Amino acid sequence: MTVLSDAPAVVPGHGAGLLDVVRRRYLLQLLVRKELRVRYRGSVLGLAWSYVKPAVQYVVYFLALGLFLNLSASIPDYHVYLFSGMIAVNLFSEAFSNATRSVINNADLVKKIYLPRELFPVASVWVALVHFLPQVVVLLVGAVAAGWRPSVVPLLAALAGTVIVLGLATGLGLLFGALNVLYRDVENFVDLLLMVVVWLSPVLYPWQRVADFLGEGSLLLTLYQLNPVTVAVELYHWAFWFPGAGVGEDVLPPSLLWHAGVGLLLSAAAVALGQLVFRRLEGRFAQEM
Amino acid sequence: MSDAVEVDDVRMRFLLRHTRSLKELAVYAVRGRDLSNSFMALDGVSLRIAGGETVALLGLNGSGKSTLLKLISGVMRPTSGSVRVRGRIAGLIEVGAGFHPDLTGRENVFLNGAILGMDEATIRRRFDDIVAFSEIERFIDTEVKHYSSGMFLRLAFSVAVHTDPEIFLVDEILAVGDEPFQAKCLERIRQLQGEGRTLVIVSHDLDMMSRLATRAVVLERGNLAFAGDPHEAVRLLRGQG
Repeated sequence: MTVLSDAPAVVPGHGAGLLDVVRRRYLLQLLVRKELRVRYRGSVLGLAWSYVKPAVQYVVYFLALGLFLNLSASIPDYHVYLFSGMIAVNLFSEAFSNATRSVINNADLVKKIYLPRELFPVASVWVALVHFLPQVVVLLVGAVAAGWRPSVVPLLAALAGTVIVLGLATGLGLLFGALNVLYRDVENFVDLLLMVVVWLSPVLYPWQRVADFLGEGSLLLTLYQLNPVTVAVELYHWAFWFPGAGVGEDVLPPSLLWHAGVGLLLSAAAVALGQLVFRRLEGRFAQEM
Repeated sequence: MSDAVEVDDVRMRFLLRHTRSLKELAVYAVRGRDLSNSFMALDGVSLRIAGGETVALLGLNGSGKSTLLKLISGVMRPTSGSVRVRGRIAGLIEVGAGFHPDLTGRENVFLNGAILGMDEATIRRRFDDIVAFSEIERFIDTEVKHYSSGMFLRLAFSVAVHTDPEIFLVDEILAVGDEPFQAKCLERIRQLQGEGRTLVIVSHDLDMMSRLATRAVVLERGNLAFAGDPHEAVRLLRGQG
């Protein structure tokens, strides 16, 4: 008797990419759980830290920027404005930066056992999402205290913003995670890129300041506003800050809906590009580590 | 009968140095990569392994055994030539790859089981067998970093042999634990053989290989030097052939 599959012979080590991640979601779930366990090992507060950190961040930023720099004088409910944009950027930063390092950090597995390597960047994005939820809770507490109430359309905007951020982080994470195996410079470059993204997104200041500087209707302003991270930040403003702030429609960028559509497309394109490059480089991973 | 593993004229070239300073990159860009800086780990190896065979891959250090195993498992891709396999593979390239020291034995069984391709229901069903085989019931909820190296290897081996693939790739992992446990591992390997599974084993334990394998393949500096009767292969390797 022989246990032999009558399946056709296949070339080993060539998977179906992200589709394989879906097929092996149980493993994905375990990898995510492992990350979370390892991060809070030996800590008494454990996952509670992911509530404490954003709460303190919320208060400190509000003190420094809202009160000391007095930005809350020109933007109503500045603390909600600030934090809603900030959590979008936080989600993107953590997901992208961890995904970039994920393949290298799992070198042991990559070198010894074949499994769909896309699992590692995707797991990093999930971990970032788990850390993101406590930030949403902190934000909602602040927003409700400031008079915000949930309604359907703004929440759909938040959902769209989240999808944009997650797609972009996954796509860029695949791309830079693969490149990082070949050139370890990449992770430093990504850190730099993230710093630029944080300060160039309208998180601390309103988009009108940028419009005043670049000129209303200029090409540069359009490019600025089509940056998917900027789109997500504005969608979050729309969802969590705008309904409670008692301001006119004009504080939101015009054609935000149109921008959201472009943002979704760009983030889908990022996933496609990331997957393509990842697959092309994957064959070299084991020898380059 | 169709073959479980088909290796056709496979070459594998490794670069010896991976430094990439800006200057070196500039030189590469102008002159192309310097191939004298590379090493042929496998140089035109062809091999067929039929379903149900137990093949021992033998050879001195650096002969290309582990590289060949990694190519079959899909961890690496050949520089040229082709590798094809039929059926699910479990590559036990190294016991305990994928174990995390900060997780408990139980958590590691699930994680490693899933890495080796088992689904949740299968792991749950086999969990008790896995733990019983490893004989570390008392410590299963202890973090693996507190295990002795023997305990660690037992648990890792136990997970590996309870996966259910058609093709097993085994690299030097039979040197696990004390003598009674080794005997148990061998018995388990024999059971897998009896079930008609295909095994490809890399080992330096020539006596054990000549007893276990149905066929032996000897690699010599990346070339296939011999394929056939395991006893003859061992004689050849010991310079008695």
